[in-house]
Amino acid sequence: MDAKRIRIQNGITYGMVIAFWVVIQIMDKTGNLSSLLKGLLVPLCMYAILAVSLNLTVGILGELSLGHAGFMCLGAFSGAFFTNCMEAAMPSAGLRFFLALILGAVVAGIFGLLIGIPVLRLKGDYLAIVTLAFGEIIKNLINVMYVGRDAAGFHFSNKDAMSLGMDDTGVVIVKGAQGITGTPRAATFTIGILLLLLTLFIVLNLINSRTGRAIMSIRDNRIAAESIGINITKYKLMAFSISAALAGMAGVLYAHSLSTLQATSNNFGYNKSILILVFVVLGGLGNMRGSIIAAVVLTALPEMLRGLNDYRMLIYAIVLIIMTIFNSSPKAIEMRSVLMDKLRHKKAAGKEAA
Amino acid sequence: MTANKTVSGAKGVPMLEVKNLSISFGGLKAVDSFNVTVDKGQLYGLIGPNGAGKTTVFNLLTGVYKPNTGTILLDGENITGRKTIEINQDGIARTFQNIRLFKELSVLDNVKTALHNHHRYSTLEGILRLPKFYKVEKEMDARALELLKVFDLDQQWNYKASNLPYGKQRKLEIARALATDPKLLLLDEPAAGMNPNETAELMETIRFVRDQFDMTILLIEHDMKLVSGICEKLTVLNFGQVLTQGDTSEVLNDKRVITAYLGE
Amino acid sequence: MMSFLSYFISGVSLGSIYAIIALGYTMVYGIARMLNFAHGDVIMIGGFAIFTAVTTMGLPPMAGILIGVVVCTVLGVTIERVAYRPLRGASSLAVLITAIGISYLLQNVALLIFGSNSHQFTSVVNLPNLVLADGKLNISSTTIVAIAACIVIMIALTTFINKTRTGQAMLAVSEDRGAASLMGIDVNKTIAVTFAIGSALAAIAGALLCSAYPSLTPYTGSMPGIKAFTAAVFGGIGSIPGALLGGIILGVIENLSKAYISSQLSDAIVFAVLIIVLLVRPTGILGRQINEKV
Repeated sequence: MDAKRIRIQNGITYGMVIAFWVVIQIMDKTGNLSSLLKGLLVPLCMYAILAVSLNLTVGILGELSLGHAGFMCLGAFSGAFFTNCMEAAMPSAGLRFFLALILGAVVAGIFGLLIGIPVLRLKGDYLAIVTLAFGEIIKNLINVMYVGRDAAGFHFSNKDAMSLGMDDTGVVIVKGAQGITGTPRAATFTIGILLLLLTLFIVLNLINSRTGRAIMSIRDNRIAAESIGINITKYKLMAFSISAALAGMAGVLYAHSLSTLQATSNNFGYNKSILILVFVVLGGLGNMRGSIIAAVVLTALPEMLRGLNDYRMLIYAIVLIIMTIFNSSPKAIEMRSVLMDKLRHKKAAGKEAA
Repeated sequence: MTANKTVSGAKGVPMLEVKNLSISFGGLKAVDSFNVTVDKGQLYGLIGPNGAGKTTVFNLLTGVYKPNTGTILLDGENITGRKTIEINQDGIARTFQNIRLFKELSVLDNVKTALHNHHRYSTLEGILRLPKFYKVEKEMDARALELLKVFDLDQQWNYKASNLPYGKQRKLEIARALATDPKLLLLDEPAAGMNPNETAELMETIRFVRDQFDMTILLIEHDMKLVSGICEKLTVLNFGQVLTQGDTSEVLNDKRVITAYLGE
Repeated sequence: MMSFLSYFISGVSLGSIYAIIALGYTMVYGIARMLNFAHGDVIMIGGFAIFTAVTTMGLPPMAGILIGVVVCTVLGVTIERVAYRPLRGASSLAVLITAIGISYLLQNVALLIFGSNSHQFTSVVNLPNLVLADGKLNISSTTIVAIAACIVIMIALTTFINKTRTGQAMLAVSEDRGAASLMGIDVNKTIAVTFAIGSALAAIAGALLCSAYPSLTPYTGSMPGIKAFTAAVFGGIGSIPGALLGGIILGVIENLSKAYISSQLSDAIVFAVLIIVLLVRPTGILGRQINEKV
C-alpha cells in the first residue's frame, strides 16, 4: 500500500549517501579535497553508521541506550584482534578486513543479546544508566586485558604482558591500556560508504516489514502490543542486538583506520555514546536520513571551526542547546506553527488578490 | 467476508466458562468468586458501578493478571494462567478502556501489526526483500483493508492513528482486535466518550461484527441504552462479586441492581 | 585489619561526597523528572570558584566555600531558567540533550578560563589528622569533615523538606505536578528552589572532593557526577535516604575494590554492582515500585 511512498523516501536517503560519495570523489580527483576533510571521511561514515544503528534502538524501539560506544568497542577490538592474528594465515588484507567486519558485528551482536536479556526489562532512565554502566564495564575490562600468542596457543592475563607466561615465539597482541597496534589501515572512504549503505539497507528494510511493525508497536504501546500477540521480549532483543551488531561493524571500520587502537574514555567512553545520541535526537527519532545528516554536520562542524581554536567546542555546545530548545520547546513549536499559518495565509491572500 | 475459523469445541460447549475466579491486591479482594458462562455467538454485557472490578475481570481473562483461584475455559480449553500473548493466540482479543492504539503508526499499519501471527515471513526475508515478503505484504494489505472497510476506515488508511477523531480511534481498536482472528472479543467501554449518535452507530457496528464474523462478544459498558439495546445477557458486578446475572430485561429490572447504581 | 578499617572509613568518606552530589540528582529528578547531566560540571565550577577565591585571591577557606556556594546557586538557577524551563513539557530526551549541551558548555568555559592543565587545589580543611590505636589508624581530617558534612546536610535537608512550606511544596510537586499547581503551588518557583539547593550542595561537594583529590581540571566533575548519579539510581532515584545509602555503599565498594582487587577495575566493579542491584530491584534499593495501570 504504502510501499511506493516508502520506496521513494528510502531512495532519497540512499541517493543522498551516493551523491555525497560522488562529490567527494570529484573533489578528490580535482585536488579540492583538503587533508583535513580527507582525514574526516572514514570517521564520518563511522558516525553515520553508529547514529543510524542507535536510532533503531532509540527511535524505533523507543528505549534509551547510553552504551552504544561499548558495542563499538567490542567490535573494534575483536575485529582488530582477528586481523592481527590472521596476518600469517591470510595474506590478503582486504579479505581479513572483510572477515573482521563480520566477526566484529557478530561479537557485538551476541553481547547485545546477552546484555539485552537482563536489562531490557528495565525502563526509561533506568535502562539508560544500566546501558551506560555496561559500556563503561566493557571499556574497563578491555583496558586491563592482555592477550598473547605463542607456539602453544593463546594466553590471557589481566595483569601485564609478563604474566602471559609465553615462550620466546610469543607475540603480545592486546597490550592492556596500550591496546592493539599495527592493524593495517585498510579502511577507506569507499568501504565506509558501502558499509553505511548496507546499514541503511538492513535498518530501513527492517523497519518497513512485519518485524519493524512489531518493534514499533512495542514502542507505541507495550500493553496493546502484547494483547495482539506480539512477543515483546523477542522483538526488543532483536532490535537491540541488530543495533549492537551494526555498532560493532562501525567499530571494526574505526579500528582499521587507526594504527593504534586503545580503549580510552575518549574513544569508547560514555561521552562517545552520548555524542551518538545527540546525532540521533537532533536528526529526529526514527528518521534515518536525519541521523546521517546530523552525524555528518555535527562531526564536520567542530573540525571546520578549527580556526576558532578554543572557542569551537563552546560554539558547538551553544548550538546544541539552542537547536534543542528551538526543536523541542513547546513554546517554540507553537510559535513556529503560528508563523507557518501566517505565511500560508499570506500566500492564500496573495493568490486571491491576484 | 466470511469467518473461516475451525470449530474446535463441540457445539454445546460454551465459548467462555469462568469458574470461581478471584484475585486480591494487597488484601483487597478485587474480584471474588466470579462466574460467568458465555455461549457461542452471544452478546454478553458486564456491568456494574465504577470500581466494581469489571476491567480487572478483563485483565484476568487476558492474562495481564494471574488469578489467585479459579479456572477459565475458552471453547472448552483451559487457558488459566497463560501469558497474554498465548491467550491472544488461543482466541481472545480485546480493546481498552483508555484507547491504546499504536499512535505513530498509520491506521493500516495498526491493523497489519495485529495480523502478525497469521501472515508470516521471517525477519531475514523481510530485510532481503525476498519474493515471500511481497506476497505476504500484499495479502496483509488486502486483509487489513477489508477489515478497515467494515468500520468505514478504509478511506483514512494512511492517517496517523493519533490523528483520527475519537470515535474512529475506538473503531480502529476493534478492527485491530478482530485482525487477530479471535473467537471471543472483549470490549472495554466501547462507547465511552461518544455522543448519542456515535453510540447508536457503534451499536449497529457491534451487532454487525457479531453476525458477520460469527463472533462471541463480552463487553463492559456504562451506557444503559447500549447495554439494553444489544446485550442478550448481563452479569452485574458489585464490590468484586457477582450481584446477579441473567437475561438483560430481568437483570435491569432487578431492585438490587438499581440500588447498587444509585445507592439506598 | 587496621588497613581494612582505614580503607573502609575513607570509602565512607568518599561515599559521603557521592551522597551529597547524589542529592542534587535525586531532588532534581524527583521534582523535575529530568536527568541533569550537567550536575557534575556544576561541581567542577564550584571547585574552580573556591580555587580562585582561596588560592588566587588568598581568602580564608570558609569565605571561599561561601563564594563557591553562591556561584553555584546562581549558576544552577540560571541554567534552569534559561535552558530547562523552556523545555518543560517537551520530551525527556530533548531535556537530556540540553543538559548534555550545558555540560559541554560549562566544561569549555572552564577550559577557556583555566586551561586544560591540572590545578593544585589546597584543602579547605586544615585540621590535624585523627590518629587512633597508637598510630596504626590515621584518619585524615578531610575524611572526617566529609562524613560530618554529609550527616549535617542530610539532617538539615530532611528537616527542611518536612517542616517548611517550601519543602512541602517540593514534595507535592514531586508527587503530582499538575495537582500541585491546581492547589496553588508555584511549580516553576519550586523547581527553581530545588535547583538552587542541589547546586549549593554541589559547591560543598566540590570543596570536599577537591580537598580529598586535589587535582582540578575542567573534567573533574564528570566522572564523580556519573558515579553519584549511579549512587542515586542505586539507592532509588527520587529518594533522599536512598541517595545517602547509595552514595555510601558506592564509595565503600569503590575504595575496597581499589585496595583489594584492582584500581583499574574499580569503576567496572561499581557499575557491575549497580547493574545487579537494578536487576533485582528495578527501581533501586529504596525506590518506589510503579506499576502501569491497564
